[in-house]
Amino acid sequence: MATEQDILLKVMGLTKHFPVHEGSFIRRQTGVVHAVDGVSFNVRRGETLGLVGESGCGKSTTGRTILQLYKPTAGSVLFNGVDLVKLGEEELRQYRRKMQMIFQDPYASLNPRMTVGEIISDPLQVYKEVRTKKDIDDKVSELLELVKLDPSHINRYPHEFSGGQRQRIGVARSLALRPDMIVCDEPISALDVSIQAQVVNLLVELQRKFNLTYLFIAHDLSMVRHICDRVAVMYLGVIVELAERNEFYHNPLHPYTKALLSAVSIPDPRVEERRKRTILKGEIPSPIDPPSGCRFHTRCPIAKPECAQSQPELRELAPGHFAACHLI
Amino acid sequence: MPNSLLEVTGLETQFITPYGPVYAVNGVTFSLNAGETIGLVGESGSGKSVTMMSMLRLIPSPPARISGGTAMFHGQDLLKMKNDEIRKIRGSQISMIFQDPMTSFNSLLTIGRQIAEPLELHKGMSRAGAYARAAELLDLVGIPKAKERLNDYPHQFSGGMRQRAMIAMALTCKPQILIADEPTTALDVTIQAQIVDLVKQLRDEMGMAVVWITHDLGIIAGLAQRVIVMYGGCFIEHAQVKDLYESPLHPYTRGLLGSLPRLDQDERQELATIEGLPPVLRKKPDACPFAPRCTYKIEHCLHENPALREVAPGHQVACWVDLETGKER
Repeated sequence: MATEQDILLKVMGLTKHFPVHEGSFIRRQTGVVHAVDGVSFNVRRGETLGLVGESGCGKSTTGRTILQLYKPTAGSVLFNGVDLVKLGEEELRQYRRKMQMIFQDPYASLNPRMTVGEIISDPLQVYKEVRTKKDIDDKVSELLELVKLDPSHINRYPHEFSGGQRQRIGVARSLALRPDMIVCDEPISALDVSIQAQVVNLLVELQRKFNLTYLFIAHDLSMVRHICDRVAVMYLGVIVELAERNEFYHNPLHPYTKALLSAVSIPDPRVEERRKRTILKGEIPSPIDPPSGCRFHTRCPIAKPECAQSQPELRELAPGHFAACHLI
Repeated sequence: MPNSLLEVTGLETQFITPYGPVYAVNGVTFSLNAGETIGLVGESGSGKSVTMMSMLRLIPSPPARISGGTAMFHGQDLLKMKNDEIRKIRGSQISMIFQDPMTSFNSLLTIGRQIAEPLELHKGMSRAGAYARAAELLDLVGIPKAKERLNDYPHQFSGGMRQRAMIAMALTCKPQILIADEPTTALDVTIQAQIVDLVKQLRDEMGMAVVWITHDLGIIAGLAQRVIVMYGGCFIEHAQVKDLYESPLHPYTRGLLGSLPRLDQDERQELATIEGLPPVLRKKPDACPFAPRCTYKIEHCLHENPALREVAPGHQVACWVDLETGKER
């Protein structure tokens, strides 16, 4: 079991609500998007925690709120024991260098008017880690080599690179300040299949080399099985299940997790022939007005009347295996 | 050899650009039997959508130029038909559904209007009759309260519902062939499973033939009887689905399958990668398009583009090398 020492990030009751406004002249708040609604988990030093779920479940908002890119509505985020939510701007800025992010869209996340060298050295200059032109070039070349790009491309612009190469530039930028933790927000879902494996192998290699901790946000459960040590599943702003990787895939407990796993196809016709699918009915409800009680009860194949009454808590049902369901 | 419904031979398409032509599709040949499902697999830019769109003459020319080949459907060549002749076939005997259900609807017309249109055009139904049938179709694809939703606009539908509505629109005239161009790529996994299931069920009920274009080898495994793998505008492997997954013969197919992590696998091995990038098709392929990334390549690969050859019963591959021996076939 993890001791307090091993825990790099402790998220407790994290909540992020976005106001919904109506009216163009007289604007008034008419509702709230419950993007993240009381999420708690730990991330251990050096591990990869996968955060999975469908679009709109709040996984990316969770990642961004942890990094304080969004100010949380409630809850706390302890990074190395320090609550980031309580920090002032300047103190937070000093902590930011220890936590970086890789974004989903390699086209939107690089400034098209900056050269690769400028993009990668930007964090170094912001934190005044380099002074001279030569320092910058040396450092950038080193980072480019690290992500297996040609250091002679330092003066090129993002549009001269392919999607996979751009994502490597994003990885190099996130490594510039030698962070402890990187939030990877669907870093490979915009890439072609044969390129995805290249980027994933790179991320795994860098993690070993620098003892990085990853929060890996994804929706591809096969890839998550490949790279994560533990997996958490989100549905409409709450965590419904969290477990060690093998336990998670061999013994999923929550009906939503089971459905999610059964929906993933396996590239093997003989296996596909024999598989039974649980196909969920309907679609994910709106987070503006989430269902009462268990948020999954409107689509749950085994829901009982009590599920609409009260929201189940995330309980530890086996060592290290948590699930939020009244019926297990 | 069963009677084939559609027979495409030597199809070639180029795009004329200010920087010279781009060779998007380079002489592809295949046939489709009634009621059969083919998976057309490849990465972005491999030419899979352009192949199908050329066949239906759905790409604007210029810039595109269909420079060769035939596409025989019921004894007629789709590529040589007059515009008003092919219009009678599109949306009636051959239908297509697209990847992005938002942009493929007209956002200014109601869903009902758009589903009813082909019925009025192709079947000569009355407005009222077409709307009644449209409601039945929406119901068939699993949209609750179908009748009330006919007057909704596309933005009032969610992504999964729009895809269902598009399927309803494609099925209005009971087509013999449905071409599905990555219809689930933009959807979440649980919705993806719903759509795949729906198409399978409708296919079996209506006896349609389906060409399913995708980059996801997982979906094809449970859906198609035959698979064609495309790379650099060429078909590089064509086999029964089980043969392809069990004994892929082309180094690209092998690499692609090796680079996929599997949901049912525990061991954590490094994923096989295919180094390098897909080709830019600026010149007519005079060498194997995969050769620059291939670890098996021999001298011959750099001089001549291999054609698809049958090397095992029903299993065709376009490769000079026998991967088992590493020698030329």
